[in-house]
Amino acid sequence: MAKAYSAGVKEYRETYWMPEYTPKDTDILACFKITPQDGVPREEVAAAVAAESSTGTWTTVWTDLLTDLDYYKGRAYAIEDVPGDDTCFYAFVAYPIDLFEEGSVVNVLTSLVGNVFGFKALRALRLEDIRFPVAYVMTCNGPPQGIQVERDIMNKYGRPLLGCTIKPKLGLSAKNYGRACYEGLRGGLDFTKDDENVNSQPFMRWKHRFDFVMEAILKAEAETGERKGHYLNVTAPTSDEMMRRAEYAKEIGAPIIMHDYLTGGLSANTQLAKWCQDNGMLLHIHRAMHAVLDRNPHHGIHFRVLTKILRLSGGDHLHSGTVVGKLEGDRDATLGWIDTMRDSYIKEDRSRGLFFDQDWGSMPGVIPVASGGIHVWHMPALVNIFGDDSVLQFGGGTLGHPWGNAAGAAANRVAVEACVEARNQGRELEKEGKDILTAAAKHSPELGAAMETWKEIKFEFDTVDKLDVSHK
Amino acid sequence: MSDMQDYKSSLSNTDSRKFETFSYLPEMSPEQIREQIKYIVSKGWNPGIEHCEPENAFQNYWYMWKLPMFGETDVDAILAECDACHKAHPNNHVRLMGFDNYAQSAGASMVIYRGEIKA
Repeated sequence: MAKAYSAGVKEYRETYWMPEYTPKDTDILACFKITPQDGVPREEVAAAVAAESSTGTWTTVWTDLLTDLDYYKGRAYAIEDVPGDDTCFYAFVAYPIDLFEEGSVVNVLTSLVGNVFGFKALRALRLEDIRFPVAYVMTCNGPPQGIQVERDIMNKYGRPLLGCTIKPKLGLSAKNYGRACYEGLRGGLDFTKDDENVNSQPFMRWKHRFDFVMEAILKAEAETGERKGHYLNVTAPTSDEMMRRAEYAKEIGAPIIMHDYLTGGLSANTQLAKWCQDNGMLLHIHRAMHAVLDRNPHHGIHFRVLTKILRLSGGDHLHSGTVVGKLEGDRDATLGWIDTMRDSYIKEDRSRGLFFDQDWGSMPGVIPVASGGIHVWHMPALVNIFGDDSVLQFGGGTLGHPWGNAAGAAANRVAVEACVEARNQGRELEKEGKDILTAAAKHSPELGAAMETWKEIKFEFDTVDKLDVSHK
Repeated sequence: MSDMQDYKSSLSNTDSRKFETFSYLPEMSPEQIREQIKYIVSKGWNPGIEHCEPENAFQNYWYMWKLPMFGETDVDAILAECDACHKAHPNNHVRLMGFDNYAQSAGASMVIYRGEIKA
């Protein structure tokens, strides 16, 4: 029976609140944390979020009746209390897969975190998690190479990889910069890294940097007999320019390049990831701007969502937080999103902040990168938390060694190998860490000096964004 | 500067050549090798042995010693194969692998006997 047209404003919940709805396997599901304005019923706000992030607008329009809105609409199907916080609640919304262009995380985000985030009936809104159906996952290109291929390209097995961000972040000439890379690589690092804001400034244009760094890689490889890389940052003002830099990196034989996926943009990132896959290049992803989006517990986008978005858009490495270093990151929540990066199937687990089962099908995994304020004393905990499929990245913790970068790199390499050997022997790293490192330092004066230098530094501030697990 | 140590590594010093995981630690004792074999077995990986002239260690393909020991969980039997490979090729690096057929990757790879490096 066709419906008659009646102009005016309807309550959202009449159309978009469907507690009886059972989500389909092909639906994209979202969990929002909603902080409503006073006096607005939960069901109405949840329905408004579903409407404004899918087909709806504030008033009925006659063209609604030219389509089958009941098929295309997003629907709020469940509401839950937020443990320990009465000011907000969780709303679960199901979107039919037809609402989104295939292979476009850009399109998904434009809907789910678009206009709805400025909606007046809300005081605040946070996208906590998305379940991407495997049907949608398979339309995305994903990581260019994946974890196993990276291990084969770089010839690194059975241990975490080691990296180092070159400091000072800005101001070095290309030749001095290449020197800093060479010293780190010859000391035993697998990778060195451009800092995120190193693009192509007047003090060091990109092409000079690429050339000097490539010489550093080749000499360190000849000297140590091991494979080395440097994340050449190709983030650029336009995607044409980004591609030009990527092509040059390939031309000179660099194994890995890097991109900032949020400031550089998701279209550019997806394009670059596809190019990397076609050209056998590894892609390291930095996440500048993420804390603007993910740090406020009531508003924005949770990092576990940004993680899924990156895995779909494409990248072989992604910064994940360290749990133990200078940057924000709750341990259980971090474990939740590093599994989301690496595993092929992740079960719902509220104790780790995972709201949905997530099936990645055959999409390769992303290696989490622990970086920021870590040094040799953190090594036992890092190996225990992150396991082998990770990059542990020590910037100050390499370059700040009293004898220089090569010694700092060797200290970290000895420490990671000693921890892996001990773990394989069944020893408890976080309990016995001090003994393990002290024994290893007997054969490595570089490690001994590093342990002496960083003895007292800890970063034990409380995290701002905690998991919603404890009731008041 | 007197207590600062120089980092002794160069193209001309063959001691600078490394060979990936555990090559920054001292060479393993038989007991340490046994512990690593136990780890590979405990993970359900298939042990395998490869060897190579030290000067060619940068290459992907080392020489396989027989075939990977599919399904072998006897630590002594695996250790005996490691020794046999080392005795047959005393000048080569001998590496122990743990092949993880689910990940289609080596879960473990380590040089357990070190050849003399000449280049």
